[in-house]
Amino acid sequence: MASQEIETLAAALARMPGLGPRSARRAVLWLVKRRDNALPQLVEALEKVRETLVECSICGNVDTSDPCGICADPRRDARSICVVEDVADLWALDRARLFTGTYHVLGGKLSALDGVRPEDLRIAELLERVREGGTDEVVLAMNATLEGQTTAHYIAERMEDLPVRITQLAHGLPVGGELDYLDEGTLAQALRARRPLG
Amino acid sequence: MSLDRIALSRFRNHADTVLDQAARFNVLVGENGAGKTNVLEALSLLAPGRGLRRAALIDLAQAGGPGHFAVGASLTMHDDDHVRLGTFTQPDRPARRLVRINEAAASAVALGEWLSVGWLTPAMDRLFMDSAGERRRYMDRLAVAIEPGHAAHAARQAAALRERNRLLSGDEMPEAAWLDGIEAQLARHGAALAQGRARLVEGLKAELADAPAEPFARPALTYRPGGPLDEQALAETLVHSRRRDRAAGRTLIGPQRDELEVVFAAKDVPAAQCSTGEQKAMLIAITLAHGALAQKGRASVLLLDEVAAHLDPVRRLALFERLAQGSAQVWMTGTEMAAFEGIADRAAVWQVSGGAAQRL
Ligand SMILES: [Zn+2]
Repeated sequence: MASQEIETLAAALARMPGLGPRSARRAVLWLVKRRDNALPQLVEALEKVRETLVECSICGNVDTSDPCGICADPRRDARSICVVEDVADLWALDRARLFTGTYHVLGGKLSALDGVRPEDLRIAELLERVREGGTDEVVLAMNATLEGQTTAHYIAERMEDLPVRITQLAHGLPVGGELDYLDEGTLAQALRARRPLG
Repeated sequence: MSLDRIALSRFRNHADTVLDQAARFNVLVGENGAGKTNVLEALSLLAPGRGLRRAALIDLAQAGGPGHFAVGASLTMHDDDHVRLGTFTQPDRPARRLVRINEAAASAVALGEWLSVGWLTPAMDRLFMDSAGERRRYMDRLAVAIEPGHAAHAARQAAALRERNRLLSGDEMPEAAWLDGIEAQLARHGAALAQGRARLVEGLKAELADAPAEPFARPALTYRPGGPLDEQALAETLVHSRRRDRAAGRTLIGPQRDELEVVFAAKDVPAAQCSTGEQKAMLIAITLAHGALAQKGRASVLLLDEVAAHLDPVRRLALFERLAQGSAQVWMTGTEMAAFEGIADRAAVWQVSGGAAQRL
């Protein structure tokens, strides 16, 4: 039987996506066996991330610098903003290296039942970003869920009077499919086939 | 095209039941509680949806067992090739229905590409007397068997409706842009839902028109939509009824108010006012019409739970005759073999007892 401390670590790891109790136990055992080398390295890496982790004041991405690596990258096309629900969606899209512009993370989606209102999302910040000028295109890349599509519709309507082209990701994915779970080919197709919002 | 080598593993009261060498007509006899309907329920799960009892997945696993189940069957094609269909749950995720088709992971919707399954059970006997909501669910189940995409529209319409009703029930009139966003979804999926139901009823009417008027009372069906079938028109109606719906506390227009009207054609009497026997006869007529409508190019399976025993001998023979004219594989249950006189010589018969099946 493991000590309380080891149990606590295993329980914390088990909650992580894709792990679960059994994998967590294996990971802990692996770390315990490598307590002289791998364990301190992991602790140090975690501590560094914890110290520097910050939300980008421009796009809402989570990174170790503000502005984030994407917003600060001069090769990025700042005239194009891709709006996503969550940091996970941003990472999924960016991992595929399909989009050369910048992003805007809403931090969720509108839901009357869950009590998520427009002011709970970073929508005002997005409108402000576009109003400041320098934006040609806003790509709405919400998930194909009911709430995601409602949110996209809402944002498009709020931007109606702004001098910017609004397009929507052509998902072509099964109903309820979440952006983060899409493979890169599907993402590429969805981005290429983005269409103006009518 | 028909099912064979049906295997139930830890499903309801069946620990390990295999039904081999099934025929066009298949009969399961046994006492009440023996597990006959459970076999039909297992077969109904070889199509998209929640099966003929609409049960939760965890309730399908054998009580006192490890908590997961498996159902499999071979679909014999015209060219004698076999497609293996299977649905199951796993111990660590007992509430998630998994599907395999020819040993590859697939979605439950994909089952509908191979097989259409229809059923008539005693639980449906009250359909015409029940609330309109039951008949809407009935229409949707029949529509999904023909167009699997109908299920997604039904689910999304319901979700959008809940969102709109919640938004309208707040202290203040909500922001128009938010309502617009929800109503765009509600109109899109609501219109698709209504159109799917309308197409279903038209299809059933056409099939029923070709069916003989005797001995099964011919029902006249009318689809009464609760709102415009056109997406644009529905969207506009929703905008105009915001204030009224807010006062009512719910959305008063749309497919959530649909009604399926059923009338005994020969007498022009609403089905709800007909005798139990006439109602059953009309249900059989609709079930047969739907079976013909749904199969189009796919294998078709018809599950008739406790149907034969409640018919008089004339209707019983007429039912067997009608079933023989169709091409669906038929699975019937009953407590006594006597109810299957006239079909028994052509049928594969199993005695079911205590969650096991013995070929007779
Ligand atoms: Zn940023």
